[in-house]
Amino acid sequence: VCIHRVRSCSSIRFIKSKYVCVFDKSALKFSHQQRLFRTSAVSCGQIVQFKLSDIGEGITEVTVKEWYIKEGDSVSQFDSICEVQSDKASVTITSRYDGVIRKLHYSIDDIAFVGKPLVDIEIDASKGVASEEDVVETPPMSHEEHTHQEIKGHKTLATPAVRRLAMENNIKLSEVVGTGKDNRILKEDILNYLAKQTGAILPPSPKAEIIPPLRKTETVPAAPRDKAQKIPVPVSRPIVFSGKDKTEPVTGFQKAMVKTMSAALKIPHFGYCDEIDLTQLVQLREELKPVAELRGVKLSFMPFFIKAASLGLLQYPVLNASLDENCQNVTYKASHNIGVAMDTEQGLIVPNVKNVQVCSVFDIAVELNRLQSLGSAGQLGTSDLTGGTFTLSNIGTIGGTYAKPVILPPEVAIGALGKIQVLPRFNGKGEVFKAQIMNVSWSADHRVIDGATMARFSNLWKSYLENPASMLLDLK
Amino acid sequence: MVLPSLKNCLWLSCILRTPKACFWSTASGGLIIQSVSNDVYQNLAVEDWIHDHMDLEKQQVLFLWRNSPAVVIGRHQNPWQECNLRLLRQKNIKLARRRSGGGTVYHDLGNINLTFFTTRKKYERMENLKLIVKALKALRPQLDVHVTDRYDILLDRQYKISGTAAKLGRTSAYHHCTLLCNADKVVLSSVLKSPYKGLKSNATPSVPASVKNLFEEDPSLTSEMLLDAIAKEYATQHQIDHHITVINPADETLLPGISNKTKELQTWEWLYGKTPKFSISTCLNMAYKDSVLDVRVNMDVKHGRIEVCNIDLPEQWLPPGLYSELVKSLTGSKFCPNETTTLVTTLLRVCPQDDELHSKWSLLCENMIMLM
Repeated sequence: VCIHRVRSCSSIRFIKSKYVCVFDKSALKFSHQQRLFRTSAVSCGQIVQFKLSDIGEGITEVTVKEWYIKEGDSVSQFDSICEVQSDKASVTITSRYDGVIRKLHYSIDDIAFVGKPLVDIEIDASKGVASEEDVVETPPMSHEEHTHQEIKGHKTLATPAVRRLAMENNIKLSEVVGTGKDNRILKEDILNYLAKQTGAILPPSPKAEIIPPLRKTETVPAAPRDKAQKIPVPVSRPIVFSGKDKTEPVTGFQKAMVKTMSAALKIPHFGYCDEIDLTQLVQLREELKPVAELRGVKLSFMPFFIKAASLGLLQYPVLNASLDENCQNVTYKASHNIGVAMDTEQGLIVPNVKNVQVCSVFDIAVELNRLQSLGSAGQLGTSDLTGGTFTLSNIGTIGGTYAKPVILPPEVAIGALGKIQVLPRFNGKGEVFKAQIMNVSWSADHRVIDGATMARFSNLWKSYLENPASMLLDLK
Repeated sequence: MVLPSLKNCLWLSCILRTPKACFWSTASGGLIIQSVSNDVYQNLAVEDWIHDHMDLEKQQVLFLWRNSPAVVIGRHQNPWQECNLRLLRQKNIKLARRRSGGGTVYHDLGNINLTFFTTRKKYERMENLKLIVKALKALRPQLDVHVTDRYDILLDRQYKISGTAAKLGRTSAYHHCTLLCNADKVVLSSVLKSPYKGLKSNATPSVPASVKNLFEEDPSLTSEMLLDAIAKEYATQHQIDHHITVINPADETLLPGISNKTKELQTWEWLYGKTPKFSISTCLNMAYKDSVLDVRVNMDVKHGRIEVCNIDLPEQWLPPGLYSELVKSLTGSKFCPNETTTLVTTLLRVCPQDDELHSKWSLLCENMIMLM
């Protein structure tokens, strides 16, 4: 009963509406209202109530589940208007008319009735009012070419009149560049396409509804032109780019990154870079890879880099420290929880390997495998992502040589590893040999770390990697 | 999966000759196709493709498909309400949202899917279901199967062996249904039980039912036999050859645009973002030190994102600045455990480095993540 009353109110409102003008082409009569609802040269159109058509199977009512349009949107015939549901069937309701949506009669989760108005559409006056009967279906052949419609509600590329024109001239709509709103194909676009094909300059259509950006040639009388007309002259038009800027709010994880990076900015960074000869390490890894595989683990270079870093941190513990908020106390962390930057769909996440100081290279490899598979499945836990004390970023797997990494608070240092390149170098005897070279770029917090400390740490790390056997001496 | 022999050359040449409309079949009246893929997203994409691109005026289509383990929810349903998302993630079972209405189902290779494509005018679910029952009875006359007025098929008058859903567009429509041959009922019942409490939503709810596999009734039945029997009955009723055409849902030449459709079905925006607005009102019981804290949580989720978030913590349990930072970050963020985990762990970096604070923060956040 309640719903019924609301509906009759809305129909009364409709009669009183100022939108309804006399359908008269000659006299552009607007009522005394301030706002204009059309910006084109066409006079106000007629409001038509688009009723919910028969769903079939004797169904009389449905639930409105989603609107694809809102009041004020323009629609073309066959555009999706809304999604309704009835008894396990989801139905897409499409528009019967071209026009502008003026009123939605239901909200989400309302019950809509078959035969009652669903939306009010204001129809283009020049097009006239479509009949109340069901739309005659277009011939099957044209379906995919001319009806680029997806259920979720993207607009068609061309109005029926334009489609007809294309069909009459055997033009494939997919080959025509649309210059209208949302890349819609306009009559002018068809005509221009035809002009290109035939090499003639066609006169513009006499009753153009939309003014094209540039009009040329129709009023050129001068004699020199006559010669030119024998050679096909391409119709030049300025390239109309109809792309739009897209603004999205910064949410969730991105928002948190904004906060972290802003805090990182407060840290006075200094950088230190060097070149590492990994020739021996590459060989060692080749030998150990099959051994690890037998144990079911993928062995990359990272476990070596991480273990070498931990050995270095034992000598230079200030790099594994944290400065408190007021810069009054430095906390030297006992655990080496070394973070490994990972690139995922979401962006940069940094899980860490806990207690590297008591892990073997193989242990680290196992843990890395675990973190990597969880990371790609989007299932890393909070403990995996917190408690890091030092970070390595292997950006080289994507590319690059030198970088300028940003320290992740509350840490005080970070290293970025470039890609491994084969480069010519001189050996001790002055001969040129093929070397596997990788670049490292460190950044450190200059409030607690000085350049000399960073350099010495880097040299130690470098010596472990250039001569992997030396790691054996200091392994714990 | 053994299929009847294909007249490969013949239908291939048919495709090459007429690349777009009216391809595939040399027979008119009807076409039976079967998917080689067990990927639920690819198979749903094929349904979309046929619905959008094929002319069904001259020939109707029957599409046969099976999926590796997946939970499929209806167009307007709420995945948190319908299934145990945590369990799905653990067991690597996929979640899919189809475009038709109706309730949630569990698919695995022991369940077969049948889609009947017709023009909008010829949409008729009862007839399709009666066809299936006829095929089953022809195969095994002693089977007690019948169609209910809710468009279910019941075995022995009590067990549901088939559920139905439909999608209607402007000119075409499809009705698809499942058929339980030999599905894993243990996994089925565990994944379709939602652990999430305090959910309030207008999403279409599922109606739970007792299910049984046809295999349990008659162990000599296999999925292949059932598919074949149904195809045979369809062929008879449409007066066409009993011939099943095999298609590969990854074939972009045959089905142009299919890979985009497949991708779209896997996006977060489709799977979770299409959930109708819902609210959560629940209580977290957090054991901290010697006591247990009862924390009231209220959240509104729209388009899969947290619109409003209220956490009723005891005063000063967390520094107020930190609490408001948490709420501000959660607002607008996806209602997703992964997103929330990365969000809260990143935020922790800019908190004071205090062990007690960190453990409180972790406790609260872990509990919040369990809600998702």
